[in-house]
Amino acid sequence: MRITELFDRGEFVLTTEVGPPKGFHLDHLLHEVKEYLGDITAVNVTDNQSSVMRLGSLATCKAIKDIGVNSIFQITCRDRNRLALQSDLLSAAYFGIDNLLLLTGDYTTLGDTPQAKPVFDLDSVSLIHAVKQLESGIDLGGNELDGDPPKFAKGAVVSPCSDSVDVQLAKMERKVAAGAEYFQTQAVFEPEKFFEFMEKAKQFNVPVMLGVIILKNAGMANFMNNNIAGINVPPDIIEELKADPEKTKAGITGVEITARIIKECRDYCQGVHIMALGWEKLVPDLLRESNLVS
Amino acid sequence: MLITELKQKDDVLSLIKGKALVISCIGCKEVYFPVTEAEELHKELLAGGNVSAVITTDYICNPENLKLQLKKHMDKVEAAEILLVFSCGVGVQTVAELYPNKAVFAACDTYPLPGHQGITPLEPECDQCAECHLSDTAGICPITACSKGLLNGQCGGSKNGMCEVDKDMECGWERIYRRLEKLGLLDSLLYPAKIRNYIAIAGAGANASES
Ligand code: SF4
Ligand code: SF4
Repeated sequence: MRITELFDRGEFVLTTEVGPPKGFHLDHLLHEVKEYLGDITAVNVTDNQSSVMRLGSLATCKAIKDIGVNSIFQITCRDRNRLALQSDLLSAAYFGIDNLLLLTGDYTTLGDTPQAKPVFDLDSVSLIHAVKQLESGIDLGGNELDGDPPKFAKGAVVSPCSDSVDVQLAKMERKVAAGAEYFQTQAVFEPEKFFEFMEKAKQFNVPVMLGVIILKNAGMANFMNNNIAGINVPPDIIEELKADPEKTKAGITGVEITARIIKECRDYCQGVHIMALGWEKLVPDLLRESNLVS
Repeated sequence: MLITELKQKDDVLSLIKGKALVISCIGCKEVYFPVTEAEELHKELLAGGNVSAVITTDYICNPENLKLQLKKHMDKVEAAEILLVFSCGVGVQTVAELYPNKAVFAACDTYPLPGHQGITPLEPECDQCAECHLSDTAGICPITACSKGLLNGQCGGSKNGMCEVDKDMECGWERIYRRLEKLGLLDSLLYPAKIRNYIAIAGAGANASES
């Protein structure tokens, strides 16, 4: 089911994301989805995340759909040209996978196969445009599709705490103009910045889902501050993680911090996107502590 | 080698929204330049009233030469808000670098031509994409100044204004945005989604080798 229908009904939407394995065995991933993500509206499946070669996003979406869970097909422009991208979009439609998250993608050299050719024939904006064009029954070559055209919920990302948030907002505006219907954000650790961002983003009139990451320890926070664009974990949060190493190790501190951020931002957004990064088992606790489920 | 072709006449004329000066590079031996067509368009631009003069010169890709050539026209350069450049992509970018406070627009598209490469400085670079975007991007080439060659804005990987691919390189889209902001031209980022047309490059190569 397209998650845009839920936004239209005014529902607060919960998504999370899983990364396919390096290999073709999905038992563990499907077990975690079944066990811990029952209250989630839809599960994003990453596409060779961080330029690391893995099992395909589309196949994983299909497997998740087969166990009765809604999925979001993430597609990047790094590995495929426009023929392959459009072809995979039609394949998704065939499988009944109708939620998309359309991204430019990390550069090839950042991952585990730096020798690969970086494609970037399209980018996030032109990929959104391509989907919209397919929905009108015409492909990017200007050729007609046979039969009824597909229909997708077209999602995109934005970075509210970026050090160049105005440049990000300009890109967001282009994504909306191209046809983006909902946004998931990069992880937010500074609610104030998120409020400011939403103040500016509300003119675009599209649902925005607050992105959150459950922090595992202070080292992870420092690493992200130094290496991940658009993420800034403030010093007081890092101190909080250091204060009780046992509690932090058990994930309790991370869940507390994340729940606090969600509660603070909830009234400013239309949903929450949880990046558990392997801590899927903590998602039920997080949802409870954030008052997102009873 | 490369070919420059004039953009559609209406597209060029629509760029002149204020006081403008035309800089036309008659090129170098490596470039095929449509001299006659350009001169016709110059006449039309002058007739429009906003263009104060057409300065015809050569090798504007060399910043020192460009400065020298424009020296005797400084009054006109200073009076202009817009510099419309007839040249390959390198020439337009060189003008944009020299005049950071002026809107610099491209009147030509640059195509590749197989064979000997022209003598151009290393920076700025033109990838001869056949659809010059410089008029929308503050005279900074989105194809060579952005590691992913993105045509539709900054990716999510830029941190502290630097590029995710090369931490020592300034993000090209950060530069484009900041310059447009300074010039009050941020609206030029509202163009419809752009997609590269690779057939234009293939076509240029094919025609060139036939002729
Ligand atoms: S956009 Fe860049 S690559 Fe294309 S013609 Fe202009 S300067 Fe050259
Ligand atoms: S960080 Fe900037 S220059 Fe680098 S790929 Fe992204 S948009 Fe292009």
